[in-house]
Amino acid sequence: MSALLGDAARRLRSNPAALCAMFFILGMVVLTLLGPWLNPNGSDSLDWLHVASRPALQSAHWFGTDRLGRDLFARTLEGTRVSLAVGLVASAVSLIVGIGYGAAAGYIGGRTDHAMMRIIEILSGLPLIFFVIFLTVIFGRNEYLLFLSIGAVGWLTMARIVRGQTLSIRHREFIEAAVASGAGTARIICRHVIPNVIGPVVVYATLTVPQIIMLESFLSFLGLGIQEPHASLGTLIAEGAGEMEAAPWMLLVPGGFLAVLLLSLNVFGDGLRDALDAEER
Amino acid sequence: MDRLAAMRRYFLTRLAGAVPTLFIIVTLAFFLIRAAPGGPFDQEQTLPVEVMANLQKAYGLDQPVWTQYGHYVGALLHGDFGPSFRYKDFSVTELIGQGLPVTFELGSIALASALILGVLIGIFAALRHNRAGDYAAMSLAVVGVAIPSFVVLPFLGLLFGIYLHWLPVAGWEPASIRHLILPVVALALPPLAVIARLVRASMLEVLRSHYIRTAIAKGLPLRTVILRHALRPALLPVASYLAPAVASIMTGSLVVESIAGLPGIGRYMVQGALNRDYTLVMGMVIIYSALLIVMGLLVDLLYAWLDPRVRLDS
Repeated sequence: MSALLGDAARRLRSNPAALCAMFFILGMVVLTLLGPWLNPNGSDSLDWLHVASRPALQSAHWFGTDRLGRDLFARTLEGTRVSLAVGLVASAVSLIVGIGYGAAAGYIGGRTDHAMMRIIEILSGLPLIFFVIFLTVIFGRNEYLLFLSIGAVGWLTMARIVRGQTLSIRHREFIEAAVASGAGTARIICRHVIPNVIGPVVVYATLTVPQIIMLESFLSFLGLGIQEPHASLGTLIAEGAGEMEAAPWMLLVPGGFLAVLLLSLNVFGDGLRDALDAEER
Repeated sequence: MDRLAAMRRYFLTRLAGAVPTLFIIVTLAFFLIRAAPGGPFDQEQTLPVEVMANLQKAYGLDQPVWTQYGHYVGALLHGDFGPSFRYKDFSVTELIGQGLPVTFELGSIALASALILGVLIGIFAALRHNRAGDYAAMSLAVVGVAIPSFVVLPFLGLLFGIYLHWLPVAGWEPASIRHLILPVVALALPPLAVIARLVRASMLEVLRSHYIRTAIAKGLPLRTVILRHALRPALLPVASYLAPAVASIMTGSLVVESIAGLPGIGRYMVQGALNRDYTLVMGMVIIYSALLIVMGLLVDLLYAWLDPRVRLDS
């Protein structure tokens, strides 16, 4: 196993695009954590003397301000932090649900497997974004509901992948040995199946992070996600798109952050996947 | 059995199967939305009780839910989606009828360009496997997959509209293609990127197979090999991606129409949701699910046509 991981790490190191993406991601994480110390401006303090001012390094507002005089650097960093947090938490939720569901379906097999996969098929056929919008009509705008519905979208693919992995190890000797020594189904799934499928699955999880960030910012852009006075990259881009003629920096700063973040996460995830499964090449 | 007859029978069976699905969606949506707290006439200032009662009566909201449901389904069968609760003097059928042609034009141009360009770029990348052209095409694909349309469209508008003055930033005129260019690019880019990746991967696999080697070995020109032998099997993954592609374009049209100021139906979904305009949201859900169901059906038929091994009778 460690030889395999060593190989993968070597392949990852020889992929300049993935390495570069990794440094971008680390840089952004550090920036969002250290940002409040670097920048004297709070994310919701108003500076009436500098309303919608241009970005300038010698002024107090490096990336300029918005219509209410709020510092764009501070708000963009807050938005990035929110997006990263939502991405990580919702991915973790979808990972846990997907692993449980997929491993159970793959291991139990037969009719149960068939029915469980049929449910996934139906759910992934629906345009879930409409479902999410519909839910916001019913329950009003609610951030927990937002996380829940985003998590509900993410686990479908994950469950499919876990099931596939489970099927491939189902008839191996160590599972047979566990059955022969009298272990129950739940115990076999938790102790023998899941630990052996988790490696490749975690790799796929890195690719769901950008998808979830994209979904969150999409909903926030529509006004259905994160609400004022909190900022998300989606709400900042929506504001900026309305002002782009008079104050293009209000669009370019958060839009640029989101683009770089999503691009790096995608490139890194692709690189990680290629590194772990060499047959692809 | 004759394959064409089998296809026709399969199509009709599936179409008949789609009706109950749609009916379930209508029923679920109807009761869920009425179970929600708050109503379409809740505003910042509370209406006098009599006015409220009259409004409720005028829209039939004072009747028992089952009666309302019966009326709604009855009207729906005649193509009537009911009156909009917020756009006074408009029925939902009128609102959707006005917007649908714009959305349809935008969506179908975007889908067609994503398909054509995606397939071409995918073939190109596969033929240049692991060379500069392949890397360039796949870098473009990563950008398309990663960056959402609500970032791409304002950026394009800023560059081509405000700085270069080549294209209008927003707005719409009947029969004007200039106003559609930027929205189409923003909508088509994500599915285009996915299609290019799919075609590249499947083309590489097909090109390694024995019958392609045979075709090349017997001296056929490359173009003939690609068009006559390799393309059809290589398109199979694209066919199964068509339904998600349509869903992606529909989702994208929600934001793209509002950014570009296009009078399509995309904006009604979000506005209707925020305003609790029950009938409008119901109408949108029904239209979009019907569209997706029909699309899924067409994809299955296309799949059967592309791959003669698919059996339709079982």
